Amino acid sequence: MTLDFGVVWARWPELLMGLGGTLFLALSGMILALIIGVLGVAIRRSHSRVGSALVIAFVELIRNTPFLVQIFFIFFALPLAGIRLNPTVTAIIALGLNGGAYAIEIIRGGVESIPKGQTEAGLALGLKPGEIFRKIILKPALRAVFPSLASQFILLTLTTSIATSISAFELTSVAQRIDGDTFRSFEVYFTITAMYLALSWFIMSLFALISRAAFTYPTR
Amino acid sequence: MSTIGTPELLFLLRGLGWTLALTAIGFVGGIAFGLVVALVRVARRRWLRTIAAAWIAIFQGTPLLMQLFVVYFGLPLLGVTVPAWGAVAIALTAHASAYLGEIWRGAIQAVPLGQTEAAHALGIKYRSLMRDIVLPQALRLSLPATIGFLVQLLKGTSLAAIVGFIELTRAGQIVSNQTFKPLIVFGIVGALYFLLCWPLSLWGSRMERRLARDRR
Repeated sequence: MTLDFGVVWARWPELLMGLGGTLFLALSGMILALIIGVLGVAIRRSHSRVGSALVIAFVELIRNTPFLVQIFFIFFALPLAGIRLNPTVTAIIALGLNGGAYAIEIIRGGVESIPKGQTEAGLALGLKPGEIFRKIILKPALRAVFPSLASQFILLTLTTSIATSISAFELTSVAQRIDGDTFRSFEVYFTITAMYLALSWFIMSLFALISRAAFTYPTR
Repeated sequence: MSTIGTPELLFLLRGLGWTLALTAIGFVGGIAFGLVVALVRVARRRWLRTIAAAWIAIFQGTPLLMQLFVVYFGLPLLGVTVPAWGAVAIALTAHASAYLGEIWRGAIQAVPLGQTEAAHALGIKYRSLMRDIVLPQALRLSLPATIGFLVQLLKGTSLAAIVGFIELTRAGQIVSNQTFKPLIVFGIVGALYFLLCWPLSLWGSRMERRLARDRR
């Protein structure tokens, strides 16, 4: 058994670029997921029965099928619908839809935990339902579920590695290319596993910072 | 270019069989090793707890796909030759042990401390305390999350497709390449996963509601 990490580490500029690609996929996916999450909850709270049913169907469908199947489906479905996108954008859409379904469930839990009296107080003050949702309910709800949302988004970050299956530009696809050139499979994947670990720790501390900056209220 | 007929469907169903087999192996192995991880995670000795915490942090902080790759390419370096499904099963078992270990750690710590204190007062030994008092209650509390992870694991077996093992998703890729009908094929594949996962998810959330009601 001889290990040779040298040939892998010699490719560090590519590995760093790949890490950047992964970070880009993850952050874009998170933003899209957050938008879908908030919109989904807003639709479920509106009194449209059809809208609610569609959101529930979307959530159940996404949460009960593998991401790999979802990304393949989207990858093949978009061109048939006449939409041509590069694999990286396709991956962001898939990540956003997948993360969005989980975000809907998480944020809904937070919104339901806000006492009804707050909504009533808003109505008494003459705010419109949209304003009440945005200004009174959403922020404390997000604060309440921030830890769950953060761990879901770490999971989303790790899921980006599956985007290699449609050749999006990220760390795992870079690793597969290096593996193909050097045949040092174990060394390559071991190296990028460590990089993923560092990345997920980095994003975790980023979330801790965001939580401190955005969700602390003055107590005095 | 061919159509999707009985042979293709049978091929997908054989893939489905492997998906179920991988899930079963990973879940059973994960239960056994996950129990060890959970117990070590709440052990009295600090260094033991640290080891279990590190094991959990590594598996929760890296992609399952990487765990599959590292085991798949790492085992031969250790002089162990296993078939592809064996490598995948080992990786899934290790993955499941970390996640289930963390779920059960939370559940063990959610059992009121008074129970442990009462057992101490009665002179009950650690082994009996865990086996007869804490674990039965903890496992009940953890049931919804455990079922949730089972769904997660079932979906996770699809990644074995990327290392080339022919389970349901890989079977779908092969049929899709032969028939040039990716939407229908992946639609069928997705529907099969959905039919397996959805009842489990419903069962899990019903269990969760029942536990929440009992607590009141």
